[in-house]
Amino acid sequence: MAGEAAVKVPYREKRPFDYSQYIRKGKLPHIWCAGCGHGIVLKSLLRAIHASGLSKDEICMVSGIGCSSRTPGYVDFNTLHTLHGRAIAYATGVKLAKPNLKVFVATGDGDALAIGGNHFIHACRRNIDMVILVYNNYIYGMTSGQASPTTPQGMVATTSRYGHIDPPFDTCEMAKAAGATFVARGTAYHCQELEKIFYEAIHHKGTAVIDILDSCPTYYGRLNKMKSASEMMLKVEKDGTVPVAQAAKLPPEKLEGKKLRGILYRAERPEYCEEYFKLIERVHG
Amino acid sequence: MNEKETVKEVATKPPREKKKWNIVIYEELCKGCSICVDFCPTDVLTMKGDVVAVKALERCTGCQLCDLRCPDFAIQVFPE
Repeated sequence: MAGEAAVKVPYREKRPFDYSQYIRKGKLPHIWCAGCGHGIVLKSLLRAIHASGLSKDEICMVSGIGCSSRTPGYVDFNTLHTLHGRAIAYATGVKLAKPNLKVFVATGDGDALAIGGNHFIHACRRNIDMVILVYNNYIYGMTSGQASPTTPQGMVATTSRYGHIDPPFDTCEMAKAAGATFVARGTAYHCQELEKIFYEAIHHKGTAVIDILDSCPTYYGRLNKMKSASEMMLKVEKDGTVPVAQAAKLPPEKLEGKKLRGILYRAERPEYCEEYFKLIERVHG
Repeated sequence: MNEKETVKEVATKPPREKKKWNIVIYEELCKGCSICVDFCPTDVLTMKGDVVAVKALERCTGCQLCDLRCPDFAIQVFPE
């Protein structure tokens, strides 16, 4: 349920984490721009995976096209870089063929919600066991800053020079309505909180959708008069969000225009792969 | 059972030695976004040209926030 006490991430020593054990040799520096939040999200994910004790061979990471979808290129797991928007469709296939793998989908806001919108809602509906990471930077970064389905109203993008008039999607509400059983929102600024959310999502059985707010200083920041990556992180991620536990105590006028972060929804429902293998057993007798 | 320290004993004890930290910057990975400089709570880091550099190591408390928020895997803080 929303706002409940978080599962404690196992104690981590107060010394730096060795990322090189999960990063492919010779792949760094990555292609993401200076100040891009995707690197922070990737680091949080690697720490959460390490804490959960999964081995590298037990993980499959699938992605589509976009800045965020470059993630599998850097990590030393089983990885799959697929067609634009179709990452979740491929991941469904991987999970059904190899149900013992833990499947992660790294996808962007445009990849998941515009081009792959149908795959997204139907994965949520089936409740198939996978972790869908929606790197939400409000813009299509790789193709020079066109407006995406999550661009807030009034903001400037390359395709909406005088302010965007489309109302945006709320990823979390949509995932919840479509039937996902773990819905959370984190930000790159609150990277330790994000690590805990990832840790809990890994231990969840069913579709876990995490809307990760991060920053695109190169396009979204530059077009919307935010001078640096740090300024974007403060304005969009720190001031633009409220923890879900705190939100219940705040008056409604203070919540206006802010997004809730933390674990927003959690439920128990039969998982698709389990049901599928039960069906096979029943039919074969 | 340990005997309790008297006030005088506590007062005359030499100050506890501060833990020392060593900041390692991988310059070939740093892209100069200055996130670590802006979010360092004790103002240890500074920008030197296009890469980050250490300005006042003695102020470092080892909170690791620069490491956690660095998008480029370019900075880590090791205990000495």
